[in-house]
Parts: sequence; structure tokens; C-alpha cells
Amino acid sequence: MSDNGSPGRRVVLDPTGELEPEARQRAPRPASLDGLRVGLLDISKPRGDVFLDRLADRLSARGLRVERYRKPTFTKPAPIDLRHEISTNCDVVIEALAD
Amino acid sequence: MTAAAALPDGVLAVVKRSCPTCSLVAPVLAGLAGAGIGLTVWTQDDPTFPDGVPGVVDDGSLELSYRLGITVVPTLVRVEAGREVERLEGWDRAGWERLTGVSPLGPGLPDYRPGCGSRTVEPGVAEELAVRFGAGRLRSRRVELGGLEDEAEAMFARGWTDGLPVVTPTEARVLRMLEGTTRPPDEVVAVVPPDQVRCTVEKVAVNAVLAGCLPEYLPVVLAAVEAACTDEFNMHGVLATTYFPGPVVVVNGAVARAIGMNSGLNALGQGNRANATIGRALQLVVRNVGGGRPGEIDRAALGNPGKYTFCFAEDEAGSPWEPLSVERGLPAGASAVTLFAGGGVQAMVDQLSRTPESLARSLALCLRAVAHPKLVLGFDAMLVVSPEHSRVFKEAGWDKARLRTEFDSLLALPGHELVRGAGGIAEGVPEALASSTLPKFRPGGLLIVHAGGTAGLFSAIIGGWASGPAGSQPVTREVGS
Repeated sequence: MSDNGSPGRRVVLDPTGELEPEARQRAPRPASLDGLRVGLLDISKPRGDVFLDRLADRLSARGLRVERYRKPTFTKPAPIDLRHEISTNCDVVIEALAD
Repeated sequence: MTAAAALPDGVLAVVKRSCPTCSLVAPVLAGLAGAGIGLTVWTQDDPTFPDGVPGVVDDGSLELSYRLGITVVPTLVRVEAGREVERLEGWDRAGWERLTGVSPLGPGLPDYRPGCGSRTVEPGVAEELAVRFGAGRLRSRRVELGGLEDEAEAMFARGWTDGLPVVTPTEARVLRMLEGTTRPPDEVVAVVPPDQVRCTVEKVAVNAVLAGCLPEYLPVVLAAVEAACTDEFNMHGVLATTYFPGPVVVVNGAVARAIGMNSGLNALGQGNRANATIGRALQLVVRNVGGGRPGEIDRAALGNPGKYTFCFAEDEAGSPWEPLSVERGLPAGASAVTLFAGGGVQAMVDQLSRTPESLARSLALCLRAVAHPKLVLGFDAMLVVSPEHSRVFKEAGWDKARLRTEFDSLLALPGHELVRGAGGIAEGVPEALASSTLPKFRPGGLLIVHAGGTAGLFSAIIGGWASGPAGSQPVTREVGS
């Protein structure tokens, strides 16, 4: 049996989410960090803070403004408000994966 | 079924020439045509039938019959103000006389003759009509396969499978699947991670077809999808973690028996269609609708074979204890799914314990090994107790609460055995906890289910994943219609 009455044609239904994501350009990579606001995002994995503390020391020593952020849990995506806050306050962000 | 357009007022008869009862009553219809009752006749196979009736409507396409839900010919319908008010199937003199208000009718005929099947319900035809007149309500994108494309290979080529062949999701199959629920196809069931896509009943049905489900499984699949996509269950994390888990689906209540699920021999294994395809349908929804594919957002280092499918029913009839769903707050008898983020099955053997104290100690010792014997509180577990083990507790009069109390005591572990370095093993809890007593599981972190065949002094332990609000919590949902 054909699905649409015309013999030989085989039509199936798309099982996917049929997303057409909007293509967005990444922000251009800065040539230098001079004068930029740097966000440090801790995803709440063990020892991520060790890495980010050291980065904060090094960046602050260079006179850069550093903002610290933390996801409530590493198992879930960052809440939308946190993402918005980071994108509003920072020019670049460094995220610490850890274990 | 689509609502019928306004019908002609008066009396409507639906017939086909190839039906002996229709031929028998043809003279009656010819008589009624001149009786001034507003007779309309629809003929399914021959517009010249019945003889002597002017203006017969040719329903060779069967659209009129399909939309009116005709299953038997002859069918006689009384129509007032464009709406059906009465229907008779077959030839029944008294009924026809009452419905038409004309008598006597067919004086030479027997009083009663059953009708024949309407052409709309012939095998093959019913499915084709469902697609021709029902597919319009389906919103999914139509994908045409190439003339020389192998159907099974086409599904692989488009990335729609979990690595095993799938059933091709034709319109006819999806429409049939949707017959399994009373929910409309466009109703949103859940927002599926990781792509956060609004998933309709129809999309679940398409994936249930792929998975090999029967329509009667669909309500269970819908409940499982809803449960998986809650913040508590955290399907995003379950998928994205480098750890092992996938959703384990435990089904309770009447629906498990009604659809023939397995809770007995080999309950956690292969061979039962409902068990196999319900768990698979959920995973295909995550893969196809949510976009959660291994190597992409799914970052599992090893995974586990349960990520193809992991679904079974609890053996309630043979259990000495209340069902999991009842323990988790649903009324007794309610059909429910409970989702647990589980890795693989750890086999547990104890063939010698005949007292509940000994068996509880034995089970507790094995439960200590979940994730690592030196790690506590981070991982939930599901203990599947088989009939030969539960019998030991039943005969001693231990209810589930009694067993839990015993586990709480047996699984309160001395910190000095668990700290980093203890036993010459670097893994463990921080040194500062050396003098503490620590529970293996958080409160509510150990699920106990009854399943399995009646021979075998074994139980199964299914280790969980990051537990509690920061990870995944078990979620129970009632199964709807």
C-alpha cells in the first residue's frame, strides 16, 4: 500500500525535532585582554575553584577586572539569568571543567 | 475522525451491491424513494444500485462512508437539521418502519437479516482511508524516500536509529499508533533536552513506531517521556554525563498486565515486546526529538547496554511488599511509571541465607559496592529483589519498612574505612570525615522493586548517578489514557 495514493512513492514522517537553529556568529576572538572584563565560571565540579583562583590571581595581577560566577550544579545547563548576567557584564568568559 | 459535513435531512441509506442483504432490501429502498420522506442513498461499489432509486450518490471513494463511521451495510440513518439522530444496521423491518415512518415495508421479506461489512472496514482499505482522510492532522515533515532506497538503510542514513533497525514511520503506522491514546496529536507532552524541543504526542507516536511499539503501549511511553523531561529527573544531565546512566523505566499497575509486560523470568532481559520497545521509544525521543546523540551531547565514557532500552514491570502479584509506585505516593492500583537514572545490572548471589538478618547483611554488603565501596551519598541505587529472596523476608514477616530500617543500620559506614588512602586506595571521602559515621545512601536514595523468575537465589543492583537535587532524582508519573 502506498501512503499517499500514488504507487511507488514512499513517504515517512520525520521523527526529529525539525529544528532550524538560527545561525549566530561567535564573538570575534580578542587580540588582547587589555581593558576587557573577564568572567570566570565555576561549573561546581570538584577542584574547579583551584584552577579559577589561580587564573583570577594572574589576571588581576595584570590589572584586569575579573568577575566570578558559579553554576548551581554541573549536571544542568547554566540558568538563563546567569547566562544573561555574564553576557552583560563580561567581554570574555573562561569556564572551568574539572574533576 | 473528522466531523462530517451537514447531512441531507430525511433518511440516508448506505449500501453496496455486493451485499446480499442490500440486494434483498433494494425493492424497499425503491419504494421509499417515492414515499416523500427525503430518501438519500449512498452506494459504495456501483452507482447504478439500487435499481429504481433516482439520484443515488456514488461513494466509490468511500469518503462519505468513512467520515460518517459506517461499518455495516445497509445502514439506515435518520437526519434532522443536518445531524444524525438515529442509526440502524442491517435489515430490521420493525426498526425500519419506525425510523422511516412508513409501513408496511417489504412484506415478502424476512423480519430480520444482518448486514455485511462496509467497504470502509475491509482489510487494507481501512488503513488507506485513515491515511487519505486522517493524515491531514499530522504536522510532521514528510520525507520521501528514493525509489531505489532500501527502507531499513534509509532510516540509518538519516540518523534516526539507535544502531538497531527501526520500523519505518509511515503515515498509516503513525495514525494507528495515535489510536492508542485519547490525547490529540498536537498536544505538547514535554520539552525534551538537550535541544529543549517542544515534543507533541505526534512526535512521540512517530518514535514509538520506530521503536516497534504497539498502539496500546503509547500511554506508557507518553508518561515516561513526561517523567524524563522533568527538572527532577534531569534528562539533560543523565545524557550529558561521562558516567554510565540511562533512564530505567519501572511500570506498575493494571497497564503492565494489560499490555503484556514481563515482570517474571528474565524481567530485566530481552524477549518481551512491551518491555523492549517502551524503553527504546523513550530513548529514541531523546535522540531524535531532543537531539541527544552519543559522541555529541551524550558524553558517556562507557555507557551501558540499558541505553538501548531498560524497562520492566514490577511483579506485584508475587511481592510480599507494596508496589514501588505506592511507596512513592500513588494510590494502590494506579498505573504508573517510575524513572530511575541507572547504569548496568550488578548481579548479586546469596544461595545460603535462610534468615532475613543474614540476607539483609548480604544485600547490604553488595549495595556498598555501588559506584565504589568507599564512596557514600553520591549515588542512588535500585535493588531488584527476586521471588526466592523476597520469600525469606516474607516468611519472617519483614515488611519493606523493616528491611529499610535494617539497611539503614547496616549501611551506616565508619568514616575511617572510607577516607582517601584507607585500605591503600586513594579514592574515598575527605580525611575530615574519618571520625564520622556516613550513610551509603541519601534518604530516599534506595529504591526496592520486586521482579524475576521463581527459581534463582539472586537479586539485582542497579547503580544510579549523581543523586539528589544536584543530579537526578527518581520520578513517578501516573499513566493516562
